[in-house]
Amino acid sequence: MKSIQELEEIRRRTLETINVRKDRSGTRVVVGMATCGIAAGARPVLLTIMDEVKKNSLADVIVAQTGCIGMCRLEPIVEVYRPGEEKVTYVKVNEGKAIRIVNEHIRQGKVVEEYTIGAEDK
Amino acid sequence: MEMYRSHVMICRGTGCTSANSEQIAKNFEEEIKKHGLEKEVVVERTGCFGLCALGPIVIIYPEASFYSLVKPEDVEEIVKEHLVKGRVVKRLLYAESVEEDRIKSINEVDFYKKQVRVALRNCGIINPENIDEYIAFDGYKALAKVLTEMTPVQVIDTVKKSGLRGRGGAGFPTGMKWEFASKSHNEQKYVLCNADEGDPGAFMDRSVLEGDPHSVIEAMTIAGYAIGANQGYIYVRAEYPIAVKRLAIAISQAREYGLLGKGIMGTNFNFDLEVRLGAGAFVCGEETALIASIEGQRGMPRPRPPFPAVKGLFGKPTILNNVETYANICPIFLNGPEWFASMGTEKSKGTKVFALGGKINNTGLVEIPMGTTMREVIYEIGGGCPNGKKYKAAQTGGPSGGCIPASHLDVAIDYENLIALGSMMGSGGLIVMDEDNCMVDIARYFLDFTVDESCGKCTPCREGTKRMLEILERITEGKGEESDIEKLETLAKNIKNSALCGLGQTAPNPILSTLKYFRDEYEAHIRDKKCPAGVCQALLSYTVIDEKCKGCGICAKQCPVSCISGQPKTVYKINSDKCIKCGVCMTKCPFKAIEKK
Ligand SMILES: Cc1cc2nc3c(=O)[nH]c(=O)nc-3n(C[C@H](O)[C@H](O)[C@H](O)COP(=O)(O)O)c2cc1C
Repeated sequence: MKSIQELEEIRRRTLETINVRKDRSGTRVVVGMATCGIAAGARPVLLTIMDEVKKNSLADVIVAQTGCIGMCRLEPIVEVYRPGEEKVTYVKVNEGKAIRIVNEHIRQGKVVEEYTIGAEDK
Repeated sequence: MEMYRSHVMICRGTGCTSANSEQIAKNFEEEIKKHGLEKEVVVERTGCFGLCALGPIVIIYPEASFYSLVKPEDVEEIVKEHLVKGRVVKRLLYAESVEEDRIKSINEVDFYKKQVRVALRNCGIINPENIDEYIAFDGYKALAKVLTEMTPVQVIDTVKKSGLRGRGGAGFPTGMKWEFASKSHNEQKYVLCNADEGDPGAFMDRSVLEGDPHSVIEAMTIAGYAIGANQGYIYVRAEYPIAVKRLAIAISQAREYGLLGKGIMGTNFNFDLEVRLGAGAFVCGEETALIASIEGQRGMPRPRPPFPAVKGLFGKPTILNNVETYANICPIFLNGPEWFASMGTEKSKGTKVFALGGKINNTGLVEIPMGTTMREVIYEIGGGCPNGKKYKAAQTGGPSGGCIPASHLDVAIDYENLIALGSMMGSGGLIVMDEDNCMVDIARYFLDFTVDESCGKCTPCREGTKRMLEILERITEGKGEESDIEKLETLAKNIKNSALCGLGQTAPNPILSTLKYFRDEYEAHIRDKKCPAGVCQALLSYTVIDEKCKGCGICAKQCPVSCISGQPKTVYKINSDKCIKCGVCMTKCPFKAIEKK
């Protein structure tokens, strides 16, 4: 029999893996959290983003995790999906970059071009 | 659980399953393996996502790309393009969601824009055969709260405060029902769930059970705690094999986690559930007949009182609620009764699920806040009638309900308003009719259904509905008499007042409501021997439109009784005495030169 704490643990663990499916009308921020992402420092990035979202009381933003996006050398990778806009992929994100992404892109709608994958390729 | 970068959600509700969605799921698994993506992409089979007309539906996250009308042979392209290269296959997306330069999110398209998914919150989003996914989206959190923080009285008060009313038809306040049963003192009490869903065209309850079975299990457990019951039964029709299977899986997973059985979540509360299969008799949806059926007796109603809350299953205090009623319970505890009561109208709170069917573009399942207008449902969500035909009426409440004509399209949907119009909320079937539907024929169809389904126990229903059907048949065959309308009205009144159960008491409603709004159609059948909609075969005659006939002779060749004569290049003639009204000539004529009137 599962105790309430065990159920909470199942909830937390499973939610991490399926939160990307919650289909709200707002913005979704997805952080790559496969082995490669975590090794490159994705966890503090994820925590920073969640923190910033909470601090600024941004409603209708969900922060979700995903698996390997397939570009391990560019990890940590953060993808931002805003309704009706093309997906924006940020690469080699660290905590400082994460704060800017939340403040400029998610809050104000201005893509932080220099951190995107497009800028990296150049 | 593994972390996947993409989630491919494939609808395995009954609608999409019958459109081959299992094959699509298998193809996805195969293609994903072929590309070595099985560690990155997960395929999940879900419940109904609502837009059944465009099934099979596949949704891919995190983009939330909504693919519709997917064919097994499309899968290769979706995997190659979308999952391997990250390029959405626009060609296969739900057309409504694609604008020239952007793709709309699902919540922006007309079909979903006005919907609020409470009862259907998890349908299409979780794999219903995996309890962990239900738990992830706050599953069993309401139960934990109820068992550890609330007394049974507080639980009942919360349900009362929410204003939730029964979604199975009558709209009785759920909290009050629970209170009655809690006050009946007995060692043994029962909690029942009505999943008989007998209305023709209704599939709301099936979809909830298929897409989110745990939401019903959790709510029934809460109900058990509230009234002091330790055993429940879910009565579901055997024609719902997918729902039955998922329920069985869900119950066994819940037992394994100790969410059913003894000492739930380490408390001293015990509750268990069993499924009982119904054989598909409409009357078994009536509460006393349903109880008799679970007891192993013939499914026949008995007079009330005593009400089940006092004397129900095996003579013990019992509550019976509908599937959708239960599906609303947990969110009420998680978000608070005030949240629930903030949706809807003064006396009808929350949302209602409707199964849209008949002459409507977006056949499917929709959940709307109470108070939404019929016009919004039919035109904005449903997309109107196909082929530009004119909307005539919508039938709600199935064989117990009535129709809402075009003149009342702006009515706000709630329990009171529908009753005032001579219809009722019913369990949520909403069948749309256009100018090609004959309302006398519709009434005949529903009466035919009730005559079939009458259990025969009481005379008004057994004999009376049969007499009404005979009169309707006579009218549609062109043998109606001037006094028939009056006879129908007298019979209707008497049956309503004297039948034993709801089946008979409401059986005359389809007649009364079509008489109320479409009396002229009855009169045309009776006096002029005409069917204005062109449906009743006996009243139709096929004729050639002289100006359009090119004299090709195809009609004469196709006619099975050789009643069409003429010479090539001249206008052909139909001999209406010999015509059997099969309509072959009309469908075969290349020049649309034959009409029926
Ligand atoms: C002939 C007849 C058929 C019925 N069929 C159903 C049904 O299929 N599903 C249902 O939930 N209620 C049905 N009902 C209503 C039930 O008797 C009962 O009112 C309902 O299940 C109570 O649950 P609720 O308060 O949650 O709506 C039917 C009633 C009658 C008279």
